[in-house]
This record gives sequence, structure tokens and C-alpha cells, in this order.
Amino acid sequence: MDNALTITNLRIEVAGSGFDIIDDVNLRIAPGEVLGLVGESGSGKTTVGLAVLGHARRGVKLAGGDVMIGDAAMLALGDVALRQARGRLVTYVPQDPSTALNPALRIQKQLIEVLEFHNFGGSDKARQERVVQVMSEVLLPSTPEFLRRYPHQLSGGQQQRVGLAMAFACRPSVIVLDEPTTGLDVSTQAHVLATVRDLCRAHKVAALYVTHDLAVVANLADRVAVMYAGRIVEQGTAAELFFNPSHPYTRHLIAAAPDMSTDREMVGLRGRAPGPGRRPVGCSFAPRCELATADCRAEFPAEREAGPGRLVRCIRPFEIPQSTQHVAVHSSPIAASATHALMVRDVCASYTGHEVVHNVDLHVDRGECLALVGESGSGKTTLSRSIGGLHREWTGEISLGSERLARSARDRSTAQRLRIQYVFQNPYSSLQPRRTVGDSVARPLIIGGVGKTEANRKVGEMLERVALTASYANRFPDQLSGGERQRVAIARALVSRPEVLVCDEVTSALDVLVQASIVELLSELRRDLGLAMLFVTHNLPLVASIADQVAVLADGKLVESGPTEKVLRHPEAEYTKRLIADTPQIAAAVET
Amino acid sequence: MTAADVTAADPGTTPEVASRKPPGVIRVAYRMWRTRVGTLIVALLAAIALFGHLIAPYGERDAVGLPFTPAGKTRKHTIFGSAKVGHDVWTRFLYGGKPILIAAVLATVLALVLGTLVGLVAAYNRGKLDDVLMRTMDVILALPQIISALIVISMFGATTILIILTVGISTVPRIARVTRGAAISVVERDFVAAAESLGESRFRILRSELLPNIAAPLLVEANLRLTFSIGLISGIAFLGFTPDPGAANWGLMINENRQGVLGQNPWGVILPVIAIAMLTIGTGLVGDGLSRAAAGIDRSKGGDL
Repeated sequence: MDNALTITNLRIEVAGSGFDIIDDVNLRIAPGEVLGLVGESGSGKTTVGLAVLGHARRGVKLAGGDVMIGDAAMLALGDVALRQARGRLVTYVPQDPSTALNPALRIQKQLIEVLEFHNFGGSDKARQERVVQVMSEVLLPSTPEFLRRYPHQLSGGQQQRVGLAMAFACRPSVIVLDEPTTGLDVSTQAHVLATVRDLCRAHKVAALYVTHDLAVVANLADRVAVMYAGRIVEQGTAAELFFNPSHPYTRHLIAAAPDMSTDREMVGLRGRAPGPGRRPVGCSFAPRCELATADCRAEFPAEREAGPGRLVRCIRPFEIPQSTQHVAVHSSPIAASATHALMVRDVCASYTGHEVVHNVDLHVDRGECLALVGESGSGKTTLSRSIGGLHREWTGEISLGSERLARSARDRSTAQRLRIQYVFQNPYSSLQPRRTVGDSVARPLIIGGVGKTEANRKVGEMLERVALTASYANRFPDQLSGGERQRVAIARALVSRPEVLVCDEVTSALDVLVQASIVELLSELRRDLGLAMLFVTHNLPLVASIADQVAVLADGKLVESGPTEKVLRHPEAEYTKRLIADTPQIAAAVET
Repeated sequence: MTAADVTAADPGTTPEVASRKPPGVIRVAYRMWRTRVGTLIVALLAAIALFGHLIAPYGERDAVGLPFTPAGKTRKHTIFGSAKVGHDVWTRFLYGGKPILIAAVLATVLALVLGTLVGLVAAYNRGKLDDVLMRTMDVILALPQIISALIVISMFGATTILIILTVGISTVPRIARVTRGAAISVVERDFVAAAESLGESRFRILRSELLPNIAAPLLVEANLRLTFSIGLISGIAFLGFTPDPGAANWGLMINENRQGVLGQNPWGVILPVIAIAMLTIGTGLVGDGLSRAAAGIDRSKGGDL
């Protein structure tokens, strides 16, 4: 069968310096096929996606190779021809639909614009019909009333469907999707993914699906290509690749992915992928690879066949790194004392007078981890901020040990504030950029009345404890990676030896390998320090590997709670069942 | 995770580096020629204004000959001839910058302190306090600066303190607005919430969490306000409102020596005009460099423009 998209020897450089961002990328996608392109951030996967549209970001140069869509060589087209090709031959669905749609235009107008630009259909009437048709293809209502809406009047899922409708409007032969479901809830994500798959099959559209989420790819893609440091290190059919990965990096990625169906603990991988200009002569994964030998460091392995339809860039394919074979160590909860470390009783929280959390009861014991699970808008963050004293519009009772807490952190005593600590979702905004790591981490100690020298010593110890070194104290946050920043934030939260740690979506801004190592760290610290942990997340698979207890929150109400095993394996509430069914899982996808 | 994994050095990161501040806006600005040239001009004129009187050939109020006499025809030796009342132009020029520069700098500092405080408090507290503060600022802003300055000065007399106060206070709203705008996005960030959860005092949050993160736009705005204040105070002096009508003052000089422009000796106007123009251009260039550095323009080119 002829390929819809063929990429050969694609090389993209940093303009000026000539350092490769991606090199030697070869991909083929048949009509109707979905290829998942996975890799951590900075691996170059989005750069490849944009190159398919003949586009390079500023400061980036398309340096060599070919991108063929049918007979059109995208990299050789002139400006006008390229503009004609985009939207007609090849289309793009960006990550965040809320910023991709023009907020000032009604959705009908946005769809018509695409069609008019490419003179699709030939007449206004035909275009109107096509709009109605494509809206039903993406399972949106096509009533005039709905078409007259503005983007802000749609939900996130609906906005992304409009994005899909624009992409599919002119019946392209290739579509590039760049993490289109990242901001969406699992149930919305499941529906959007099903739509993408059905549309590609039905209309013979080749899809390049760029993502870091392995579970999504396992469920959606026919074939998968894994990118690392600008090169494709492995490709093959989704089932085979996930069932028996041949490249050690792929194996690490899978070992790091949270999975609720197995008892396996997530295993992270330290270090960072080398950026452009810093890549070693040999295999770029060698510095992080347990199996690396002198041969690996000598030259970059060429693509080799590793079975039917499988290509791998590794001289020792199918060997298994030790550390990916980790078995779960279950913590034994510390003997329950008379009072819970943290107790939430009958709490209702409102937002500007509107009640969003209704009568919630929770409790966490020492050494225990309670996962608070819910989709966006479920009130989980409002509840956790109320516990942390950052949100003051609530009623009910929150107590720490035997002490009842005041509504806002300001009204609590210093000791109470230090006994309950909060780790934020986004490590890029939770550290003051103009203050050194050491000063940030030392702050809770200084407030607690610890002397400067003593504080510095404890900061050094704590930084070591979160697997950084004491020398990090002198650095500024912008010198650290996302994972390192989150470790610093955890160090700041733990340095004053709190009893309760509230973690609000602490891994959602991080790559999968980093996420795994942060989760490992948190589990370890919880065991060693006997912390009571409230782990707020929307990610169900993550819950399996970290929490003892789960509480599921929907529309501000507690719909189900109990031991993790029981809730994930035998959910009782309808809502939990649906949530679990909609969550993509690698194991389930490989088995079918 | 095994112990070896935990302690394994991060191969991707650079080896231990000494503490390095994120390149500050001033450092970035100094890589641009416009900032360097601006600084040079400002430094030169500031030196003339502050120390010029030390090299002045005559006293501020000494007569050197008849009014508006070109150089060479004056009774005593002069470089640029004589001004109104027979003063030496060069001497009056060397004396005349000080009152303007000092008043402009003090007015800007006053506006910067008050404006930053108002802006930070408004941004951090939001709600009613924000409304009250910012609407008050709008009221002040509604009056053109020169008009409000003239009203106050003509009512109470042109003392140096009063000039500084009126120019400074009428500048407060502009700085407050910029501060509030920049600080509002910082207030939303989690490190502020982290400080709140530790129970940091409000003042400490304003000073240590918000202020360092709005330094760049604030610096740019303060510079712009300095440029405006120089012009404004020169203008007020030109209209005749100076603390001491007999003392030399660049703004006043332009007015006094207007007749000379069409007569025999235009230097009494040319020198102060050039000085005020160069001073505003100089501070403007520095401000332009700072704002480019703050906005991150030229970063791709290494900022060597």
C-alpha cells in the first residue's frame, strides 16, 4: 500500500549553530493508520510534527531530508503552495484548544473560513453542508444555534472537537495531533480519542499522534515510534512494542508509566536527555543506560531490524535493565492511634458564594496515603487548599491531631502551619525565581525559630534526602529541571518535619519518567518519616502505585472511598466504574 | 529505586556551577549599545549639573558685560558671551543644571516609593481596597501633570520641596498602575500561596515575594518617569516658577535669553536646550535598553545591538 506520509532522513538544526535538534528521522504512515510518536519533553517529537506541515519554529532550521505527503514534497514547496497544502493536504490539531480557537469568531465562521480559503466545495451552499456534516462527524450538534456559539461557550472537550472538525473539514490525507487531550478529563479524553480513531479509519486519513502518554498511544495507535534526544530509537506495532520492548529506553518508559491493573511499582529514571549540542558521540541514551558498554559510546547505533516491522537503534536489543524489574514493596501502616493525623468532617467549601464541595468527610492516619481523586471541577483542589489554609470560604471541621484548625493559614498558629505542609502542582510557579533554593527551603525553619547555621545544615540534609545534593542550595530555580524543582518544593515542605503533607497534582506538570521518580521519592519519604499524606490527583493509575486509601470526589461530593485495592478492582459507585473504564491502560490495550 | 540510582549524579546537568543569579535586566541591558551611550550621556550631564559650578570662571550672579553680547565683545573674557543682565552664559550654564536634576531625581524617587507601595497593596489585596486605591489614582491621573503642578505652585509659591512634592505625587498613579499590572500576575503564582501557608507577614510577601519579581518593568517605568520629570521641571522653570528667580536654571535660562536668539548672542538658549535635550535622550536611551532587556527582545541575537 502506498504511504500517505513518508519522512526520510529528516534533520532539523538550531539555526546558526548547526546543532541537531532531530536527526535521521524516518517514518512512514499508511492511509487510515495512526502512528503514535512518544517521548519525553525536549525529545523533538513536536518538532517532527511541525516539520510535517513544513513549519519550523523560530530559531530552528529544516536542514535536510524529505517529507512527502502523497506526491507533494512539503519541504520543497514555496510559501504560497505550502499555505495551500496546509489545511487541505495536511492539518494540525494543537494541544490547547482554548488558545487555538479564535475567541472573537463564532465556530461556524471559523469552520467556513478554512473551507473558503481552500475553496472547498465550490459554493457557499456546499460549504454550509460540509460544516453540518463535519460537525456530526466529530459528534457535535450541528444546529444553527450551536454553530453560532463562541469558543468560550463550549466545554474543553467540545472545543477540541471543533479543533478536530477544522482539521478534518477539507478531508486532508495527513493529520498531525499534538497532545490534543492533555488538558481534558479522562472521560472526555476517551471520547475524543474514539472520535479520532473512527474518523481516521473511515476517511483513510493518516494520523501522526504526538504525545508523552503511553497509555493513550497503547489504546489508539496502530504503530508506535519512540523518540529520544532527537532520534527515533524504536518503532513497531503498538501491541508488540508494549508487550516486548526492545530498546532499554522504551522499557524504562513503560516501567515508569503508572498502571492500575498490575501490582508493579513505578520505576523512574534519573538524569536528563542531552539537549542539542550536548549529545554524545555514541548512543545518546548510553549515559543513562544500565546496559551501556564501550561499543554503545563509540558510535550511534544504526536502525536495525528487530523482528517483522520493527526497527530499533540499539546494539543490544531486548536485553532487560535490572532496575525496570522492580516489585512493589508494600508499606505496613503505622499502628493507628486514637486520633487521626488529619481529619476532615462535614466540610462544605464555596467559591465566591457558590458551594463547590458538599459535606465531605475524610481522615488520614500517620504513615498512610489517601488519594483524593476527581476530574477537573470536582472540587478536589478547593478542598485541599481549604485544608492547607489557602482557601478560607469553608465551613465544617478540619483537625490536625486533636487540634481544630482555623479557616485560613494566617489565623492558625505557627506550629500548626508547620505541621501541615503543601506541595503545589506546578514546580515552575511554586518557587520564587529570584531566591536561591537554599533560602526557599530554609524559610519554614527560620519561621519556626531555628538559627541560621542550624537551618543551613538541615537544608543540606533535606536536599540530600530528596536525592539532590547540598550544593543545590546555591542555585536558582531557573537552573533546575522540572523534576529537580519539584524535589526542591518537596524538600521545602518536609524540612520542618510536618505530620501532614498535602500534594496537589504534584506530578501533572512532569514527564512520565520524572513523575515515576517523584512518586518513588514520596512513597519512600512517607514510609521513613511516617507522614500522613493527602495525594490529590486526577490520574487513577497513579493512585494504584502510591495510595493505601482512595476517596473519589465528583461534583463536590464524596462518591466512594475505601482501600485502593478494593476501589480500583471492585468499584461500587457508578461514577468510579465509568472513570476506571475511561482510563486508558497499557496492559489492557496490549492484551486485546 | 536502588540506593545507587538515588545518589547517581545527574548526567544531563552541567557540573557544579557557582551560584548565578538569573541574568538581571540591568546586566542584559548593558550588552546593548543604546544603554551604554545613554549612560555615558547621562553621566556627562549629571557631572556638569552637579559639579559644573566648581569649574565655573565667574560667580553665578557676576556681570561680565552688557546683556546679550557675543563672545569677544564682553568686558571680561567669555566663551559663549553674556546673557540677560550681563551674566556669563557659560557660568550660568554650569550652575543651572543642579536644581533641575536634583528635583527630578527626588520627585521620581518619591513617586517610585509611593507608587510601588500603592500598586503592590492594590494587587495583593484586590477587592475594595484595590478599587479605592486605584480610583484615587485615576482621579490624580485625570489632571494633566503640568496643570496640577502650576495650580499648586502658583498658589503656594515655587519652593523646591513643593515642586518635588507636586511632580512626585502627580507621577505616583502612573507607577502604581504599572506596578499593579505586573504584580497581579505574580500574586497568582504558587510561591505566594506557599509563603501565605507558612504565615509570612503581608509586608514580607510584598517585599520579598512580589517586589523582586516585578523589578524589571518597574525599573523601566521609573526611568521613563525620570525622563518626564526632567522635562516637566524644566518646563515649570521656563514658565518662571523657580525657588530663586536670580539663580541660574536651565529652564529659566531658555526663557530669559529668548531675546538673544534673534539678537547677537543665541548661546544663552542653545546651551540649556541642548543640555535638557541630551539629558532626556540619555535617560530615554537607558530606559529603552532596560525595556528591551525586560521584554527579552534581542535575546536571540545575544543582545549585542
